Amino acid sequence: MQKLLDKAGTFFDTQIDLRSRVIIIVASVVLLPTYFVPLWNMTLYSNQFPDGLVLNIYSSKLEGAKTPNRDDLKEINALNHYIGMRALKEDDFTEFKWIPFVIGGVILLALRVIVLGAMSKLVDLFVLFTYFGLFSLWTFYHKLYLYGHELDATAAVKVAPFTPPMFGHTTLANFEVYSYPDWGSYCMALAALLLLTAIWLSRTSSLKQKPA
Amino acid sequence: MTLRAALLMVLAAALVAGCGGEKKGRGGRSDARSDIQEAALRTYVAPGDMDEYYLFKSGGHSGQVYIYGVPSMRHLATIPVFTPYPATGYGFDKESKEMLGGYTWGDAHHPSLSETNGDYDGRWLFISDNANNRMARIDMRDFKTKQIFGPIPNVSGNHCSSFTTENTEYILAGSRFSIPLPKGTYEKVEDYATKYKGVVAGIAVDPKTGTMSLGWEVLMPPFDYDLGDAGKGPSKDWGFWTCYNSERATGKLEVTSTQKDRDYVAAVNWPAAEKAIRDGKFKMLGGAKVIDPKDVEGVVYLLPAAKSPHGVDVSPDGKYIVASGKLQSITTVFNIEKMLTAIQKTDFTGNEDGIPVLNYDAIKDAEVNVGLGPLHTQFDDKGYAYTSLFVESAIAKWKLGTWEVVDKIPVSYNIGHLCSSEGDTKHPTGKYLVALNKLSHGRHLSVGPSQPESSQLIDIEGEKMSLLYDAFTEPEPHYAQMIKADKLKPIEVYPKEENKNPKAIWDVKDAKTVRSGKNVEVYMLAVRSSFEPNTIDVNKGDKVTIYLTNIEQTTDELHGFGLNDYNINVVVDPGETKTIEFVADRQGVFPFYCTNFCSALHQEMQGYLLVKGSGAVSSLHAPDKSLATK
Repeated sequence: MQKLLDKAGTFFDTQIDLRSRVIIIVASVVLLPTYFVPLWNMTLYSNQFPDGLVLNIYSSKLEGAKTPNRDDLKEINALNHYIGMRALKEDDFTEFKWIPFVIGGVILLALRVIVLGAMSKLVDLFVLFTYFGLFSLWTFYHKLYLYGHELDATAAVKVAPFTPPMFGHTTLANFEVYSYPDWGSYCMALAALLLLTAIWLSRTSSLKQKPA
Repeated sequence: MTLRAALLMVLAAALVAGCGGEKKGRGGRSDARSDIQEAALRTYVAPGDMDEYYLFKSGGHSGQVYIYGVPSMRHLATIPVFTPYPATGYGFDKESKEMLGGYTWGDAHHPSLSETNGDYDGRWLFISDNANNRMARIDMRDFKTKQIFGPIPNVSGNHCSSFTTENTEYILAGSRFSIPLPKGTYEKVEDYATKYKGVVAGIAVDPKTGTMSLGWEVLMPPFDYDLGDAGKGPSKDWGFWTCYNSERATGKLEVTSTQKDRDYVAAVNWPAAEKAIRDGKFKMLGGAKVIDPKDVEGVVYLLPAAKSPHGVDVSPDGKYIVASGKLQSITTVFNIEKMLTAIQKTDFTGNEDGIPVLNYDAIKDAEVNVGLGPLHTQFDDKGYAYTSLFVESAIAKWKLGTWEVVDKIPVSYNIGHLCSSEGDTKHPTGKYLVALNKLSHGRHLSVGPSQPESSQLIDIEGEKMSLLYDAFTEPEPHYAQMIKADKLKPIEVYPKEENKNPKAIWDVKDAKTVRSGKNVEVYMLAVRSSFEPNTIDVNKGDKVTIYLTNIEQTTDELHGFGLNDYNINVVVDPGETKTIEFVADRQGVFPFYCTNFCSALHQEMQGYLLVKGSGAVSSLHAPDKSLATK
């Protein structure tokens, strides 16, 4: 047991190598697009909207596709009000405030790891980032759940409470709804993977250092 | 070859002939089936597909403009112009009511698209009113009438209108019916030849906004100014008008005005007219600056043309001026260079009220024997002209320069105007031609004595013209404009940011009713599927003003506001605000409802106007006559 702890202690005390530091820089850079590209995308197709009503969820905002002849967010809200669903409004999402803040914090911590070079700090960062990612997914799912369940009892059209799809495809009334992660989420997943790679590479180098 | 094989071949040939051979239709049609299939393929626009051209037809005494798609010839929409049109709420809201100025009809005659360098620029469509002497401008951004200018002072029967100069500096106008001027003057009809006057005019167009104002007017002898065209290229400084009745006759014009073999084309040099106005060489008449050709030289000339000419059309290169003498079988072609030379050499053969008449032999290039009753001419991209023949019910195709008639196609029946694709610009596309026929009898299911007009689509790409399709329309397309669809980019939603109406509201919490004395202002919004507020409480005699904003931003989400028993229907487009004004002069409860089907809960989109009164309940709610004429 003590041996294992010692081994772990040694592991956490190792300095990460150059390759890992470069990879961490790459991971920080990969996080930058999350400020500009959507994290999630929902597209609703129907007979009347063969090109689909498009809803994009960014780290800091909610945006429907907008053409001169249509504002998709307004349109989705106009249609949802018939089943008593609350209007999708940016103000309802505290996420849009803390997600960009946390991503910024993660980037700063990554730079700190690069400078200080301690494996323990890198592991901290990875764990924190993974927790943040999973929590964001949960809160997103929870929001969808609330929108689909807290329906106005006086709505014109009564539907059974439901959770809009978070991942995949479903049919809601006359709409085919497709919901998938978008580039922003892929960037976050890639950043997590890169951090893990950085840990893995320096782990082997620390093993090599040990006999010396 | 055996006898049996030969017999079989003969039989097979007979069968083929039987299938593809001639078939006589009800209307006497005898086209080969393969031609019908070809025509069907050329005109079939599959569901969901778009047409290649817009066709804007004047609606004649309906007062409106009809939009058709070419080649399908489907009626796409009606643009109300001179006549109230409840389908779009036109003439019911305050803004359009003011524009109509109390008139309830117009005779929409000749549409004219704005031009830049002699080609359609897709900005505005102008159309003249022969009845109440007005000119309207439709914005091609939203296909809505934006201005009705007039009644134009001194102009009487604005028929020879509206034709656009090369860069839309002016829209031509003028009098078909000469009268004593200024309007309001009484003179005996026996004194017609001396005391009655015609005018031709240029309506100035603001190059940025399209706003029309009166540019200049020229006092003319009492002839009947019939049609016109503006020059282009070498003739760009000129406006041309035909006239009949140069006899200055009255009474039964059918006889009295048709005695001379030649009448005239009037040619006005508009920069000279502009200069005369600038130099103060005009007199005020009926509130307008009018140039008298007796006092100012070089503004107007007369070109003798055979006989009672109707249309005058300038060729794409601007070199030829083609006047069609409806009572002879010839179309006269004048050459602009020869005309300018004759003016320079003062080669005149007379004058009419001080206006020089140019020497016919010196200015004409050709008399083209096109056929009976030539009226109007359009052009293609290969140097051909197409002249409509009313009496002959046909179109003649002839070559500019050689003056040779190369083809003729019968039409059904009695063609008036014709319109080829961008056929009055510097660059006609030479693809389609629409014959705007006056009579349609026997070509459609009978609809009783009130017969529609017929419009026939003709392919002009090949050497021979070929008939593609029959379409029908309400009375009465006079002229039309055909423009390539991709030159127009109409909006379908008024962007919220552009709505500068201070009375517009966009949020339910701003919906309110404000009373001050007997004035009640209602700030109302419409959105699927409700009006807010949905109850309006007023007292009998209150003046009610509703500012209704449609807060939708989605294409096709229109909402209507129909008020029962009050003779009101307004339709508001997405992002638009309209003002509804009326006096609540009848007590009781009056439902209002959405008239333009909007959604699954459209029926529920309704509310009540409650008018509290002290009087006894009247059993009869007759329509308020004052509303109808306001």
